[in-house]
Amino acid sequence: MNAPTENIQAHVTGTNSHGYKEFKLGGFSFSRDEYFAHIKWTGKNGKSMSHSADIGNFLRPLMRDVAWGFFYGYVNFDDVFGTCNKYSSVDVYAGAYNGEYRKAGVDLLENHPTDLTRATFVDMLEDWVNEGYDPFASPQETGTAYGKKHGSNLNALRRQRQLAKRCVGLKDDLAMRSDANGYTVNRAFADVPQDQPELHPEPGFENEVHAFNLFAYLSRSDVTWNPSFTSVVKFSFCCPTTEEHILPVIHGNDRIEWFFQMCDEIQWNSGDKNTGAPRARVIMKAGDMAAMPADCRHQGFSPKRSMLLVWENGSPQVVYDIESGKSPVNPVSF
Amino acid sequence: MSSYTTVFGSLDKYEKGRVEVINDNAKNYAFSNVFEICSKSKPYEKVVMGINQIYVLEAIRAEGNSPWYSAAHDEFALCMDGDVEIHLVKLDKPVVTDTEKNGAVKLNGEPAGKKMGWMKLKRGHQGMLPANSAYQFRSAKPGVIVLQTTLGDLSVQKWAEICQAA
Repeated sequence: MNAPTENIQAHVTGTNSHGYKEFKLGGFSFSRDEYFAHIKWTGKNGKSMSHSADIGNFLRPLMRDVAWGFFYGYVNFDDVFGTCNKYSSVDVYAGAYNGEYRKAGVDLLENHPTDLTRATFVDMLEDWVNEGYDPFASPQETGTAYGKKHGSNLNALRRQRQLAKRCVGLKDDLAMRSDANGYTVNRAFADVPQDQPELHPEPGFENEVHAFNLFAYLSRSDVTWNPSFTSVVKFSFCCPTTEEHILPVIHGNDRIEWFFQMCDEIQWNSGDKNTGAPRARVIMKAGDMAAMPADCRHQGFSPKRSMLLVWENGSPQVVYDIESGKSPVNPVSF
Repeated sequence: MSSYTTVFGSLDKYEKGRVEVINDNAKNYAFSNVFEICSKSKPYEKVVMGINQIYVLEAIRAEGNSPWYSAAHDEFALCMDGDVEIHLVKLDKPVVTDTEKNGAVKLNGEPAGKKMGWMKLKRGHQGMLPANSAYQFRSAKPGVIVLQTTLGDLSVQKWAEICQAA
């Protein structure tokens, strides 16, 4: 019988001289010092292996992995470490989707219960993020991830992902963002008009004749690279987000994902999902639409804070349709 | 302190990006631009610019008055250029009787029902088209709508015309 979720706890192996907890998840051990995250494991070939990452470059994807519930498919923290959502469990891996690591047999992939992986990652995140550092913020808008353990930033880490059930602004749905509820216009979107659509409902239709200013809503986002839901048609989710600097994860798709660039520009690197070998660059400017195939991994670079509509098919069936060949990995044929 | 300029596109002014192929086929990215699509399409032609199984995003050139439409599910219209009015009617009887039918259907003539009201969208505004209502777009000048909907009888797929092929 599975233990109740609330009883599942991270395996903490101790606290190090920098003041940070150290963790173990299956065959992986995790520690941090003032500058780096360190991961150790034993490869398939029996050799002891290790991997280090700049702590900021580790905490930013860790934040997304926690907040997104391991997201759709693969969340690569970098070209070595990552997770793959199996929807009732999570694959945790080092080198398993790196062509050279795998060829050398030094990779490791383990499947763990979602609750255990979540408990481990949440505890790690909340212990390893210091006061004044927000891994959801752009680098110019937050403090440093470096240094010895000093305080925490739980309010920033425990933001709820904002998911409209039908549409932002409707009664009993996700609220609009405003100064009054703490969402001020971001410095990079100071020129985005804040006007609202003209609405002329007849009596009784006030909640049906509905529109809102999506661009104003996005201009007030306090996070980067964190899609929310703003409108929903069956399993079609419009997930707009504001992007600045680098997408902290290299997202490996388990389904086709579409991007509609609503303003400014993002440059995407696309690579092979299994090995990381480069496939293409996709340069997206205002009004551009592009798909990321279901067999790629991708990472975006946004020189200025921009608005991206991530458009997802959230059907729980779609990943199995692709795995079985019922649905193609490429968006269209022509 | 320098200020930022947010760059939007329009029918009059847009700059299209591109796919830079390393070891791939540009077609795999179905790369297009909504303003380019709508600069070439007919008024209210529902050009599919994104598709994922039954779901689509359609690029629609808003110009003049559209026919009246209705769908069995909600749809959402995002205005990307121009000023677009949307007029809504609560139908006395649903036009789309199959509750599972995907996409919008065109009504013959004026809808029979009670006026729900209307809205006016500018760039960046997103309006809801409630399930089983009738709706009509009105736009004095050419505008651009991105419609979140499902693949229907009126959806037009012409990928070779709108996407980067090489």
